[in-house]
Amino acid sequence: MILQNVVWAIALTGMGLVALAFVHVISQASRPADDTATRKAARTSHVIRRWLFAVLAIGFVAGSYATLRPFPIPAQHAPPGDHQVVAVEGRQWSWIITPDTVEAGSAVEFQVTSSDVNHGFAIYAPDGRIVAQTQSMPGYTNKLVHTFADPGTYKVMCLEYCGLGHAPMTSAITVVAPAGT
Amino acid sequence: MATMTMYPDAERLDRGERAGFNMYMITSVVLFVLLMLLGLIMRMSQANWLTVRPDLFYRLLSNHGAGMVGTAGLATTGVMWYFLRSYVRLSRWAFVTNYVMFLLGALAIIVAIFVDGYGALWTFLYPLPVRGMGLWTPSAAALFMVGYLLIGVGMLIFYLDAAAAIIRVHGNLGRALGLPWLFGGPIDPDHPKAVVASTMVIIANVLGILAGAVVLVMGLVNIYVPEMTLNALVAKNLIYWFGHMYINATIYMGAIAVYELLPRYSGKPYPISRPFLWSWAASCLFVILVFPHHLMMDYAQPRWLTIMGQAISWSAGFPVLLVTVHGALTNIYRSNMRWTLPSRLLILSMFGWAAGVVPAILDGTIRINQVMHNTQWVPGHFHFYLLLGVLPMTLAVMFHVIGRRAGSPPNNGADRVGLPVYLIGGLIFTMAFLDAGRRSVARRMATHLPDWVATDRFGAIGAMIVVLAMTYFAIRITVGLLTAPASGDTTDGGVPHATG
Repeated sequence: MILQNVVWAIALTGMGLVALAFVHVISQASRPADDTATRKAARTSHVIRRWLFAVLAIGFVAGSYATLRPFPIPAQHAPPGDHQVVAVEGRQWSWIITPDTVEAGSAVEFQVTSSDVNHGFAIYAPDGRIVAQTQSMPGYTNKLVHTFADPGTYKVMCLEYCGLGHAPMTSAITVVAPAGT
Repeated sequence: MATMTMYPDAERLDRGERAGFNMYMITSVVLFVLLMLLGLIMRMSQANWLTVRPDLFYRLLSNHGAGMVGTAGLATTGVMWYFLRSYVRLSRWAFVTNYVMFLLGALAIIVAIFVDGYGALWTFLYPLPVRGMGLWTPSAAALFMVGYLLIGVGMLIFYLDAAAAIIRVHGNLGRALGLPWLFGGPIDPDHPKAVVASTMVIIANVLGILAGAVVLVMGLVNIYVPEMTLNALVAKNLIYWFGHMYINATIYMGAIAVYELLPRYSGKPYPISRPFLWSWAASCLFVILVFPHHLMMDYAQPRWLTIMGQAISWSAGFPVLLVTVHGALTNIYRSNMRWTLPSRLLILSMFGWAAGVVPAILDGTIRINQVMHNTQWVPGHFHFYLLLGVLPMTLAVMFHVIGRRAGSPPNNGADRVGLPVYLIGGLIFTMAFLDAGRRSVARRMATHLPDWVATDRFGAIGAMIVVLAMTYFAIRITVGLLTAPASGDTTDGGVPHATG
């Protein structure tokens, strides 16, 4: 399941529901109601708002739980343990990635920093989708942990505007099958 | 309660006020068209239909971003002024000073970009402004920052004058915001929604502008005293605290138009309520606290700030959907809606805001941000609620004022065609951005990969349609505002809804 496609489906559904609500109300907007119908519409409106509030509140709690546990950003000060460790340094306008070959199937810890301005360290899968990213900021080291599922060549692009050479600031990471497979 | 009279006397503009209002609005629509043209050029370049050198592309992008944010601020300040002055006594000099400061600031920014080559975008992320790598000099960055400071100071003067005027009438900002009525007691039915919304904007955006001033001054010091360096993460927090509140303030200033005008066109009262007061009090807090969602990919950021960014991003949708949009839809449901250009624009603005909230909330989710941050999903969602939300709010007010001068709201055949054209173009343009985000197309890149060009072309077509419609609106507004009765805003103020 590609996360971007799930997000796209949720967005289209949500925006579509909003559009349907508008179309329905607009279709009724030029049909003036008498006093009785106006009072009834007001009551219905209050009920709809209460239900909408309940749905949003449940969505808030359930969604927060689902998206924050486990917390999607790794602990920044924990030791790397058995992670494969890759040092990443961004600079106008190239990447220094050491080593640039890792194994699939086990966690890789990217320690990302910058020697000049802000950059964005984004890893693109061979199918062209972003699989992980963090900022590359001068004076800080951001720790990004990602497990590559499949071997292949993963493109690295800069996703934070950093000057004239921003777009061509690319590199690559080679992901190989785990040793012994 | 907002008046039900279509053109009340309290909103009459005398000759000086009319000149001021015209300056704000005509400047805004002309700038909107010019800045949209810059956007169109960039999208056509990404679509490979036009060749734009990368250095020029990033200058255009810098001007488009800074210009659109500033112009949205100018136009919606005009909206806030137009309605707020019916309830409190605003100083004309503050209104004019803001305009003059805006022009001076805009001039400084344009010179910095097109003469001195500044290309570090509207976000001026430290330390990029001082590391142009030959594309621009630190002096160009300094001029750009001075331009921001001028615009910010102008707006601060306007806000402080408005705050003083509100306090003179309502005692303090808390009472103006309606805080004493949050937990009970009879709400004053005549407490103006425009005052509540203006107070919220003043509180939030004064803080934002001050944060911006701090980081701009720090940046200027760094330019001329390079040994005094900044902490990049602190600078980024301050920049987005300022930037997010500034652009958010435009939405909330524009929303005043909906509260004030919608009941006049629907013929149905739109009374103040406790949920309304709660929503604006909560929005005030949310707007101030939501900025960390811009720094979710800065893993060095304290974890609690990142979580707050997600929680507040999601929460911010509650008042928008449950109160403002729900209230607007309730107001027009089974009403005697008078469908004219201003009323259609008001409804479009509500749709743009409500629908635009959905992709915005998704992007404000840490897990999603990890694959969407700085892709074209981001310009997709903010163009959605700026192009289809904020801009229609301001256009509605401009056309409403033109209607006042003409004696009835604008609604000719070209108007009836212009709005759907604008909507269709806007939907194609913004959905192309969102689809590109789904495909991981990076934002802010002068050159695109071959696989990305298809969505660029859809976006460019949408942009062309939007520019076409907006050019029509701009000409119509400019002519309409300038061809008012010679004696000023003298149209009879008492045209009731039922006779329209």
